[in-house]
Amino acid sequence: MAEKEYVYYAGCSQEGTAQEYDTSLRVVLKTLGVSLVEPEDWSCCGSTPAHTVDHVFAAALGARNLAIVERMGRSEVITPCPSCLTVLKKSHIRMVADESFKKQVNSLLDEPYNGSVNTKSVLQILYEDIGLKRLGEKVTHALPDMKVAPYYGCILNRPPEIAQFDDPENPVAMDKVLSAVGITVCDYAFKVECCGAAFGVAKREMVNKLTYKVLSMAIDAGANCIAVACPLCQQNLDLRQEQVNSTMGSSFAIPVLYFTQIIGLTYGFSPKELGLDKLIVNPEPVIHSRIRVEKKEVGTTDTQKKVKREQITHEGIQ
Amino acid sequence: MPLCSKNIDNGHAGVLIDKLSKRECLMDAINLTETIDVSFIEQVKKESGENPSLCYQCGNCTAGCPYTAFFDYPVSQIMRLLQAGQKDAILNSKAIWLCATCETCTTRCPCEIDVAHIMDTLRIIARRENRVSEKDIKTFYDAFLDSVKEHGRIFEMGILLSYNIKSGHLFTDAELGPKVLQRGKIHFFPKNIKGRETIAGIFKKFLEKSKEHG
Repeated sequence: MAEKEYVYYAGCSQEGTAQEYDTSLRVVLKTLGVSLVEPEDWSCCGSTPAHTVDHVFAAALGARNLAIVERMGRSEVITPCPSCLTVLKKSHIRMVADESFKKQVNSLLDEPYNGSVNTKSVLQILYEDIGLKRLGEKVTHALPDMKVAPYYGCILNRPPEIAQFDDPENPVAMDKVLSAVGITVCDYAFKVECCGAAFGVAKREMVNKLTYKVLSMAIDAGANCIAVACPLCQQNLDLRQEQVNSTMGSSFAIPVLYFTQIIGLTYGFSPKELGLDKLIVNPEPVIHSRIRVEKKEVGTTDTQKKVKREQITHEGIQ
Repeated sequence: MPLCSKNIDNGHAGVLIDKLSKRECLMDAINLTETIDVSFIEQVKKESGENPSLCYQCGNCTAGCPYTAFFDYPVSQIMRLLQAGQKDAILNSKAIWLCATCETCTTRCPCEIDVAHIMDTLRIIARRENRVSEKDIKTFYDAFLDSVKEHGRIFEMGILLSYNIKSGHLFTDAELGPKVLQRGKIHFFPKNIKGRETIAGIFKKFLEKSKEHG
């Protein structure tokens, strides 16, 4: 398959607390023949704080980046972060729909945005452009002990008029992508319940209470780990899991992985290459049984019988 | 003044109401005639582009709102207060600041009102009028935006330190420090983008225009 290049807007978290999301999606996309080019000198989208100030101001912080993509002569940009995705899409959609809004936004920018760039999530291009078949073809390893609750978070698919992808109440793209690489996913009722979003610092207890529900529902669904597609969800569920335990009197120790890390594990990358050493809750219990599989056997029921059992060593995970 | 009356003391309903009133009064009584502000309804309509009068109080937004347990007024009551032009009650509420824009209300509204966008608009108006019922939340947002203005991208450690100093909660998330530092998840120094003056320019132009328009 010829290499396909995407314009990739990483977003600030992917350079800091969520760097393992960036690391893992890069190796996965490379395996799938996808290369990434970044908008030169991209800036923060403004996220939630900007839209508490003003609609035009918030759209300007997003549109500056869309203008850079336009300057590259490109009409599509992808981002892993649902918050960046929402800001970029809302900026675009509102500017295209309302000429006077567009004028006001552009009056704040040095380089105007003309309204020609569509934004998609990394999950969306994996699902729609790469496709489930090709995702499955690259699998070299199975994770027989892993039972995943796919957690989409609040805004990856909502509101539907902005997200324009998958279902707003019961999204399935991540379930299907993970199933395509041979992972067992659980029916999970809290796929889109908000985790507490950006309130972790200022309203910690509130976030801990919301996160408690998300974690306990995943365990009730039979999951032994959670897959996420959002850096803020990951932070609230993983980094703050001990806070949840102390606030709520629980004793959770459920690993929270980026869905791209899980795909990477099935493609045979080492835990280190996928940034699993960056996770707070140790994922070792759910990945220690990783086994090599022969290509044709992926997805068959007797996979485990035929494979050469290969225990993965976990030096450097924690 | 609580809405639920404690004077009804005869019969089963009276006992029930009495029990309810002791446990929790749902909301304070508001004299609509004295406090209605019609221009506020128009302002929110104009700034949000949404029509709050389409709301028929089905309560679907509140039923799905993950934050409703923390709100002083559930989101459907904010919508009702808005229809009744209750500017003060709304702008002084905690609800508008505790809303995370998770978009559940917008997604589920049978009248297709972008409720989250209305909440956003109300928060913007409250901020503009300097009525901030949840100061810590605003302090965090401001620390975040200062970082964007200064560096072009956010500097996570700087935001947390700035928040801790400005909010007076000096040890917020201090216990998370070792976890993120050990794993190299957080940087000690900011990364400035080349065009950071263009970002500062967005802030500057926005402030100038806001002053022009009062």
